[in-house]
Amino acid sequence: MAIPKDLFYTSSHEWARVDDDGVVVGITEYAQDQLGEVVYVELPEAGTAADAGDELGTIESVKAVAEFSAPVAGEVIEVNERLADEPNLVNEDPYGDGWLVRMSGSVQEDELLTADGYRGLLEEEEGA
Amino acid sequence: MHPWIGAGDEDRARILSELGIGSIDDLFAAIPEAVRITDLPLPPAADEHAVRRAFAELAAGNVVPDNRPCFLGAGVYRHIQPAVVDAVLSRAEFFTSYTPYQPEISQGTLQAIFEFQTLISELSGCEVANASLYDGATALVEAVLFCHRVQRGKRDRVVVAETLHPLYRRVLDTYARAQRLDVVVVEPEADGRPDPGRLAVAAEGACCVAVQSPNFVGVVEDLPALVRVVHEAGALAVQVVTESVSLGLLEGGGAHGCDVVCGEAQSFGIAPGFGGPHLGFFACAAKNLRQMPGRLVGETVDEEGRRAFCLTLSTREQHIRRAKATSNICTNQGLMALAATVWLELVGGHGLQELARSNLARAEELKRRLADLGGTWRLAYPDSPTFNELLLVGPVGGEELVRRLATEGVLGGLAARRWGGSWPDGLLVTVTERNPAADLDALCAALGRIS
Repeated sequence: MAIPKDLFYTSSHEWARVDDDGVVVGITEYAQDQLGEVVYVELPEAGTAADAGDELGTIESVKAVAEFSAPVAGEVIEVNERLADEPNLVNEDPYGDGWLVRMSGSVQEDELLTADGYRGLLEEEEGA
Repeated sequence: MHPWIGAGDEDRARILSELGIGSIDDLFAAIPEAVRITDLPLPPAADEHAVRRAFAELAAGNVVPDNRPCFLGAGVYRHIQPAVVDAVLSRAEFFTSYTPYQPEISQGTLQAIFEFQTLISELSGCEVANASLYDGATALVEAVLFCHRVQRGKRDRVVVAETLHPLYRRVLDTYARAQRLDVVVVEPEADGRPDPGRLAVAAEGACCVAVQSPNFVGVVEDLPALVRVVHEAGALAVQVVTESVSLGLLEGGGAHGCDVVCGEAQSFGIAPGFGGPHLGFFACAAKNLRQMPGRLVGETVDEEGRRAFCLTLSTREQHIRRAKATSNICTNQGLMALAATVWLELVGGHGLQELARSNLARAEELKRRLADLGGTWRLAYPDSPTFNELLLVGPVGGEELVRRLATEGVLGGLAARRWGGSWPDGLLVTVTERNPAADLDALCAALGRIS
């Protein structure tokens, strides 16, 4: 299960990548694997403000619906329009083309998990 | 004592002595004398046939639509009721079946619902229709909540035309209070329709505007004009239909850009009954499918590639999505949807058109005959287009007129202000294919005697 080193993670299985234009947000490979085939992604509107942990949208698969939350506080500045027609990108490339939103704001490192921390969380969940 | 054979005298005596009381009446001693009814003029018991006969004699004294000229409508309509509808409904495969969760044993029910959705979609002019709702009033509520969701919960105002059925508006008020939605009512002008300009002002900041067409006072709304101003204000447009036979003649609102077309499909093969059952329908654009309330049946193929049907997109629904479901409606009005489907498929496309035309023609014929009465009775909205209902005004108010026509043996219609309203205090008269020319004669003759 891929858990890239350069990302931050939440215990609710979102990832956050800091780049020049803000913080890109998606769900992890583990999360998409648990959901199964994604058929619809409901994204927020650009301009939506959120605190870390606030619900931003929903991801619907053939068997379940899950909410995804903002890993950081900030404003949604861009959403992944491609998901409207290709929701399966979330399955195929969760850390790349399957990104969900881009937010303004910055990562509070002490509030998020590192790759190692997230791996530990998954091992705990699997073990439980 | 036998578990399911009633107690005999000996058993009763044993129970009473066990309980330590003298008679069965002593069991009711705790109920105060003041609230007990002791003087019911009934014999202690009678045999089955005597009871049936007594009730049949009593019922024969009722004035009912089937034995009098009847012009009642206003949300509940009498149309042709072919015997085949009930014959199909009564089949145990349909009558006793449960929600079709298991497609492999529910293909008949699923196909019927799929056909119902297809028929409603065509009639409403909308891309998708759901598997039905309870009735027209709850369909309106679901439409409003749907619009609120589509607008992402940002617009908490709802605009409704006053000419939307007053009882539908009451149900909406009940839900709106709990959902903290603010309902604004726009009154009609002198032509029986809301002014588009006033509607536009009210629509600012509203999630949707709902109008009924043909409306409660019988007038057909100018949907294209209304939809234009509603959309300019950033609101969604909802058409409510209470008389679905009108869709045989009037294009469904979807064709004019309405975002939701919903309402009541009782006219399609469901006989009027006190307390129902009725049949709600709901149709919208495909892009908003995921916000749609209720069940949806889809067409698919089975393992061997054969055409089959199944419930689909159920992740919107309560049994999967729990508190975040689009609606607490998980079920559909299956048997009534089947009635409507059988009725519509029996009547057919051209048949529905003909039926709607004959309703219009009879209503227009009544207008001509009323004019012949010499002006005592007139239409409240003489220059507005109508379908099969009209608001009649004259020297006597609505309630009084209903009573006086009844003494003449005519069920003249509904007092238009029964549930309030800013419109004239007249009589809502509905004319369908169930009213032969003799009914029109009887109504006009009776009106001629009232002044």
